[in-house]
Amino acid sequence: MSDFVMPSLGADMEAGTVLDWYVKPGDTVKRGDIVALVDTSKAEIEVEIFQGGVIDELRVPVGERVPVGTVLATLHPVGDEVPVPVRVGAPAAAMPAPAAPAIAVTALPAAPPAPAPIQVVAAGTNHRLRVSPLARRVAAQLGIDLSQVSGSGPNGAITKADVERARPAGQPPAPARRPGSPPPAREPGDRQAAMREAIGALMARSKREIPHYYLQLEIDMGRALDWLRDANLQRPMNERLLPSVLLLSAVARAAAEMPEMNGFWTDGAFRSGDGVHLGVAISLRGGGLIAPALHDADQKSLEEIMAGVRDLVQRARSGRLRSSEMSDPTLTVTNLGERGVDLVHGVIYPPQVALVGFGAVRERPWAIDGMLGIRPVVVATLAADHRASDGHAGGRFLTLIERRLQKPEDP
Amino acid sequence: MSVAPVKTITYREAMREAIREALLADERVFLMGEDVGAYGGCFGVSKGLLDEFGPERIRDTPLSESAFVGAGIGAALGGMRPIVEVMTVNFCLLALDQIMNNAATITHMSGGQFAIPLVIRMTTGAGRQVAAQHSHSLEGWLAHIPGLKLLAPATLADARGMLAPALADPNPVLMFEHGSLYNLEGELASDAGAVDIERAAIRRPGDDVTLIAYGGTLATALSAADQLATGGIEAEVLDLRVLRPLDDRAIVESVVRTHRAVVVDEGWRSGSLAAEVSARIMEQAFYELDAPVARVCSAEVPMPYPRHLEQGALPQPGQVVDEVRRMIGVPADE
Repeated sequence: MSDFVMPSLGADMEAGTVLDWYVKPGDTVKRGDIVALVDTSKAEIEVEIFQGGVIDELRVPVGERVPVGTVLATLHPVGDEVPVPVRVGAPAAAMPAPAAPAIAVTALPAAPPAPAPIQVVAAGTNHRLRVSPLARRVAAQLGIDLSQVSGSGPNGAITKADVERARPAGQPPAPARRPGSPPPAREPGDRQAAMREAIGALMARSKREIPHYYLQLEIDMGRALDWLRDANLQRPMNERLLPSVLLLSAVARAAAEMPEMNGFWTDGAFRSGDGVHLGVAISLRGGGLIAPALHDADQKSLEEIMAGVRDLVQRARSGRLRSSEMSDPTLTVTNLGERGVDLVHGVIYPPQVALVGFGAVRERPWAIDGMLGIRPVVVATLAADHRASDGHAGGRFLTLIERRLQKPEDP
Repeated sequence: MSVAPVKTITYREAMREAIREALLADERVFLMGEDVGAYGGCFGVSKGLLDEFGPERIRDTPLSESAFVGAGIGAALGGMRPIVEVMTVNFCLLALDQIMNNAATITHMSGGQFAIPLVIRMTTGAGRQVAAQHSHSLEGWLAHIPGLKLLAPATLADARGMLAPALADPNPVLMFEHGSLYNLEGELASDAGAVDIERAAIRRPGDDVTLIAYGGTLATALSAADQLATGGIEAEVLDLRVLRPLDDRAIVESVVRTHRAVVVDEGWRSGSLAAEVSARIMEQAFYELDAPVARVCSAEVPMPYPRHLEQGALPQPGQVVDEVRRMIGVPADE
């Protein structure tokens, strides 16, 4: 018997809302399966499970917001005896067979004592209720059985007002919410505000706790861009590489050589990362930002990095990142070159210990071999945690990145 | 701070004031179109401007929309700030090649080297018994085209204030003036000036349903809202103002408050702007909806000439009221 808990999908997450369950009691899951969709204040994240087994019970219903660490589901190893799931409101005799998967919903401890047990709509009913999307949502929040509600909307559809009328007298008018817990961040405006708050709290913590030191290095991108142009000429349009891929690759490979830049500061000690998982800072439409992990970036080819970044950006903006991508980054890279700035003095994303920033690639006068020429130049910056490393190491790290960028053919 | 005095003005006069102000403010601005000079404009908007500014700046054109819209694009490319008047949106179809293949694309195809700071004004809509070749509401077709900005001034303040920012915009801007609005009369601050051309505006707040309208249908929606209020239903009326790019945020924020929406659009229902607005609500606020989004559009017929048939084909306040009552579950009267 083991528990599957609300994961921390980033250091700034304190609670999450279960938006959807992709499994039900009786399902067999294996490590890495996506089992639920969780709304943090930043995004909707597909949560993976890290222990295999058979799901016994889903403890938190869809729509409920619970703190990190709350047990979401229980499961037992495959082959063990199946414990009898708690079925509320469904007479046992009506269940077709003991092993058949049934949705089990338990009353939450914090919910007010319900006058009647929460009913589960009987499986196998062919009649589909006409319920407005809003009414369905409110009913889920209030724990109201829609089959007992009569509809007054268009063609007899159940509306929000019908659901509210059907609410038992004892229940409070507002959706039941744990006292002191933050309100569910669902409205677009709320989501924005909640994300701002989460970023604010995390960045304030970073600046408060982490003794940042900053270094910067101007890097001649001439060779890298020439190589990229030639390489792209050989490629079909949709497989062409962007310059930022070279930057990410260079950082990842340099980080593999510099473990003290790649990892976490937790409980007063540095712990190096298990692989180089680059956090790629992605700005979201409508404001805010998120930095999901590009896993094992140092092992990836340029093509794989390009595909990986494209996939992350797309999923970050549509709100479909995975839990491991939120918690795994070992080092973050932010590229504000597109915005036209020259350089970034970054704020480290706790508990990571370093952040690499890039500005715009610009043509600049550049002295090389005693001659003055025009070269495309980018300013790379490093913000690093002085508890975990010193400026000497930071300087070496930036130099390693530069060296990588001078040998683009051998990334 | 003293409050500016108000004056009584018509939509037509407000538009004329805006054009006059633009001509005075910037010598690159000029107006051209069919009968805009000697005749004073088919709808009387430019009356008197020829005398004040002369034939160089108030230019009558031949009846060739393709030629004079194209000339406007060329003038904009050359650094001028043309205001081109197309008599009605129906006739802009003759210039659609210029609008779509040139005005909307040149900035893109030149890699940003050329801007087209052109304003095209056109009358739109029905209600004046000018039949099927002069009465349609084709905003939805033009709103399909990336590269254009579309404005629909429905109030005196917008008639007075949208032209200046439209001329300041480096991209082509189309302004739709609903024919029923020119005689609209009301009070306007004597110092009224430029307004924003980005956002939709709530013309009447309410909690029970959002009526989404623009241009000529704003009055329809407001009238429906008044009727609904007598029955205790508070409708919010959202004036889109900008038809491209749509102000999704304002639409969604209103629907999040009211949970119901009716789009009132004088275009034909199929493939209409109302269809686009409805789809966006579905995409962005599905779980806020307490009823399917409804649309009240024009009947899908060429606009009839007889008055009773024309009115029968156009969206009417009563239809909006019926839709709202149906979605809220209130029985219709009688």
